[in-house]
Amino acid sequence: MDIAAQSIEGGFADPVFNAQTVFRAVMDAMARPGSVQPLPAFARPPAPLSASAGAIALALCDNDTPLWLDPALQASIAIKSWLGFHTGAPLANTPADAHFALIATPAEMMSLDGFSQGTQDYPDRSTTLILHVSDLVSGTPLLLEGPGIETSATIAPAQMPRHFVEQWKQNIKRFPRGVDIILATADGIACLPRTTRIKTMEA
Amino acid sequence: MTDIATYNFAYLDEQTKRMIRRAILKGIAIPGYQVPFASREMPMPYGWGTGGVQVTASIIGPDDVLKVIDQGADDTTNAVSIRAFFKKVANVAVTTDTASATIIQTRHRIPEHPLTAGQVLVYQVPIPEPLRFLEPRETETRKMHALEEYGLMHVKLYEDIAKHGRIATTYAYPVKVEGRYVMDPSPTPKFDNPKMHRSPALQLFGAGREKRIYAVPPFTAVVSLDFEDHPFEVQTFDQPCALCAAENVYLDEVILDDHGGHMFVCSDTDHCEKRRADGHRGHLAPETHLASETHPASETMEPAQ
Repeated sequence: MDIAAQSIEGGFADPVFNAQTVFRAVMDAMARPGSVQPLPAFARPPAPLSASAGAIALALCDNDTPLWLDPALQASIAIKSWLGFHTGAPLANTPADAHFALIATPAEMMSLDGFSQGTQDYPDRSTTLILHVSDLVSGTPLLLEGPGIETSATIAPAQMPRHFVEQWKQNIKRFPRGVDIILATADGIACLPRTTRIKTMEA
Repeated sequence: MTDIATYNFAYLDEQTKRMIRRAILKGIAIPGYQVPFASREMPMPYGWGTGGVQVTASIIGPDDVLKVIDQGADDTTNAVSIRAFFKKVANVAVTTDTASATIIQTRHRIPEHPLTAGQVLVYQVPIPEPLRFLEPRETETRKMHALEEYGLMHVKLYEDIAKHGRIATTYAYPVKVEGRYVMDPSPTPKFDNPKMHRSPALQLFGAGREKRIYAVPPFTAVVSLDFEDHPFEVQTFDQPCALCAAENVYLDEVILDDHGGHMFVCSDTDHCEKRRADGHRGHLAPETHLASETHPASETMEPAQ
């Protein structure tokens, strides 16, 4: 299939209701960090952009939200034209300009402090990172505490960024500034807002 | 479905919903921080809940069950018209039953029935900035939040004590969220403040005229500001509800005649009706059985068409 056709195919079949369903899953995941919210495969973006990460981009991004792609996604003209056609989102020149960042290979990603952290006056002007992870059970278990969590929650996302726990500690220290993370697997999502504290389980 | 054909689902266009949804996500990530958003004109005047309506419109889906209350009541003008609005533009099921609602839009009360995980409480907020009456300049209040400089609010509460001997603020009582941001809980009576603390429900706040959205995620610390020697306390009532004999609920005073006659009744109509249906009777409850005189708005769930 040529790129023109590829970029037109694979959007939401029912834009209004699919976007609402995806948003509610993200909202519930953000409000209850560590909970895994199922996400039906509404979008079919070109590889290597995953269906769930693509659906989140369609639900939240538009011409107001500069988007940053990691090098693996940046390399694909098909992905850029698919996102461009379906969301109209401009591509950010630097990670610090991005409202959203799509990251297909978190294990190789740059450090969290390279993205926009917001300002002390406007901490909402920070980047939301959407990370592809293969699953939420096979990685290093992370014990989570903080707002949205009754006592504690555990997720074990695979292929997380290097030194993630240490980087996340620094992210929390910057509060109210800091990035928020959406972890997208093939069929579900979990979120790590900047308020969530991580304790590693290895004793 | 013909009624909604001329509107997008839930009235707002998709780009507006995306913008509001992004603000909601940032609000949840920074509990108590007021996220600016591009509030739209709604088909109702400012002050009638345009902020709450925009938040509800952005999160609601066809499977949701909506409850709308105005000062605790399901059957007053604001509640009835907003419920009718969403029935018309989103064709969702509406209810007056707190437990079966998935989204509860509220103007200045939190229902007496405990909220559960999965429910979303949407507040209509007139003035989201708790420091606004102390410092009118937005540039200054923003800096005060940035620097966590809340001394002025404590001075205000202290002045209450100096003047009245106690903290005289009874509604819109300032709270601190998760130890960081001071937040206006919207003009709810301070009676409801303890219900916000570690609530299992997600709480979203929309201020349409002031163009701010903020949020309190579930299980988040919400602490009312006070002093060690003047601890925060809620209103108490020296008599139970005149209709359902409920105690430890928030009561409204109802004037009965022009000779000073009055009664105190539950502000939460759903709670009061459920109690009366269960056989609880206050001293002014009518003798007849209640089936015939329940509020028309309160019957059952109205399903989507």
